[in-house]
Amino acid sequence: MRNPQRTEKIAFFFLFLATLVIALPVGLVVIIIISKGLPAINWQFLSDIPRQGMRSGGIFPAIMGTVYLVTGAIIFALPIGLLAAVYLSEYAKDNLLTRVIKLAIVNLAGVPSVVYGLFGLALFVVFFKFGASILSGSLTLGIMILPIIITASREALESVPYSFREVSYSLGASKWQTIRHIVLPNAIPGILTGTILGLGRAAGETAPILFTVAAFYLPQLPKSIFDQAMALPYHLYVISTQVPNVDEKIRYATALVLLVLVLCMNLVAILIRYQFRKRKKW
Amino acid sequence: MRKFKEYIIEKLILASGLASIFFVIVIFLFLLKEGLAVFKIVTPANFLFGKNWYPISEPPQLGIFPLILGSLLVTLGAAIISVPIGIACAVYIAEVAPVRTKEILKASIELLAAIPSVVLGFIGMVTLVPWVKSIFKLPTGLTALSGSIMLAFMAMPTIVSIAEDALYSVPRSHKEGALALGATHWQTIYRVLLPAASSGILAAVMLGIGRVIGETMAVMMITGNAALMPHSFLQPVRTLTATIAAEMGEAVVGSEHYFALFAIGIVLFVISFAINITADLFLHRKR
Repeated sequence: MRNPQRTEKIAFFFLFLATLVIALPVGLVVIIIISKGLPAINWQFLSDIPRQGMRSGGIFPAIMGTVYLVTGAIIFALPIGLLAAVYLSEYAKDNLLTRVIKLAIVNLAGVPSVVYGLFGLALFVVFFKFGASILSGSLTLGIMILPIIITASREALESVPYSFREVSYSLGASKWQTIRHIVLPNAIPGILTGTILGLGRAAGETAPILFTVAAFYLPQLPKSIFDQAMALPYHLYVISTQVPNVDEKIRYATALVLLVLVLCMNLVAILIRYQFRKRKKW
Repeated sequence: MRKFKEYIIEKLILASGLASIFFVIVIFLFLLKEGLAVFKIVTPANFLFGKNWYPISEPPQLGIFPLILGSLLVTLGAAIISVPIGIACAVYIAEVAPVRTKEILKASIELLAAIPSVVLGFIGMVTLVPWVKSIFKLPTGLTALSGSIMLAFMAMPTIVSIAEDALYSVPRSHKEGALALGATHWQTIYRVLLPAASSGILAAVMLGIGRVIGETMAVMMITGNAALMPHSFLQPVRTLTATIAAEMGEAVVGSEHYFALFAIGIVLFVISFAINITADLFLHRKR
C-alpha cells in the first residue's frame, strides 16, 4: 500500500485478467462450433431424416419438433404472462399479495429445469394422461418461460409514462380501454423482446422435455399434439452421449444449428430493443 | 354490456396475476404427491443420509447421501472458481472498462447466458474433459473437477450481471466523496463501492450458486455419473439433478425408484426455494 498508484495498476490488471478468463472461452466456444460444424451443414443435413441409427442423414424431425414445442409453449405462456404483467403494472397495490406474487415469480424462475421435467411428467403425462406428447412438453416449457415473459412485459408496461394514462382517463376512457388502446400498444416492443427471449430459452432447454415429450429416434414428423417428437437439444444429447461412433462433424453441426437458432432469437430481441430505444417518443 | 365485458377481463387479469403463485404451489404439491410415497419404504433420515444408491437392486437401497455430496462437491468447486472471478469481472465492467469494451463484454456475457446447457456440455465433453484427463494423468476426464469448471463458467452470467447492477446502484455521491478525499480509483472501489454493494453482491453469489445446483444437462454429460461416495475432485461423481435426468427414463411409473426420484426433486425444489427467498431478501434490503 506504499504506492497507491502502483497498487491500483496491479489491481486493475487482475480485474482485466478475470474478465478475459470469462470472455475468451465464450468466443472460443462459438468459434470452435462454427468452424467444426459449418462444413457438415448443407441442405440435405437440414431437410433429411436421421439415417443409419442417427449416424448419417439429417436432423429435420428434430428441428421441426423444436419448432412445434416452442410454438406450443408460447401459445400457452404469452397470454397468461402478458395478463399477469398487466395485473402487476396496472392493478396491483403495494400490499402483501403483490409481494407474494413477485416472490412466486422469482421462485418459478429459480426452479431447476429438471424439476420442471418431473412436474410435467407428474401433472401432464401421468395425471392428465396426455402421455409423452408435444402437448405435455409445450405446457411444461410454457410454465418454465412464464417468469421471463412476465418480467420483461411488466418492465415494458411500467416504462409507459403515467401521463399517457392520465390523458386517456381525462378523455373519459375506462381503465381497460386505457390499457388496451394506450398502454399495450406503447409497450409492444418490450413485450416482443421478452417473448423472443422466452422462445430462445424454451428452444434450448433439454431437461424439461426429457420425460414429457422427447423421442430418442423418430424418423417422421408428429401428426398431432398427442404424438411424441424429436427435439434439437435432446437430439444433441443423444448423439453425443448415447449413440457410439457418431461422426464428430454431425455432432458439431447439430450443436451449430441449435446455437444459431437460439442466438438468432436473442439477436432479434436485442435489435428490437435497440430500435425501440432509438425511436422512443418520451 | 361494456361494463360486463370489462368485469370479465379484469377478473381474467387478476387470475393471471395469481397464476405464478398457483404454479409454484402446484409444482410443489405434485412433487410431494409423487415423492412422499418413498417414505413408506425408507425413513427420511435413511433417505437423506443413506450411503448406498442402488435403486433397482432387490430390495432397492435408496440413500441419496452420495448424490448430495456429489452436488455439494461440484457446487463448492464451481463457487471457489466463479465467485472471485465473477465479482472481479463485474467490477471491471462497472468501473474500469472503457465504454466500447464495456459494451462488447456485456454482449459476450449475454451470449454466454444464451448458449443452451446441452451445447456447453457437448463442448465440455470434447475440449475440457480431455484436457483434465491429460493434465492430471487420470484414467478418465469425466470428474467433479471438470463439472466444477464448466458450472463455474455457467454461473458467471448470473453473478456478473447481478453484481454489476449492485455496483451501479451505489449512489454516485459515495464514489465522489471518496475520490474527493484523495483516494485512488482502486481504493474507492475496494473500500467504498464493494462494501456499499455487498448485499447485492451476496445475492448475486447466492443466485449463481442456485443456478449451479439446478444445472442438469452439462453436469450429466461431463461429471462421469458414478453414484458413489466422492473422495476427491479428480473422481467421477453424480449430482442430484443428473440422477433424476439419467434415471427417470428407465423408472417405471409408480415404482419405488420413481418415487425416490421425485423425492430428490422435492429436495432440489426446497433448496432452490430457500436460496431464492434469501437472495430476494438481500436484494430488497438494499433499497
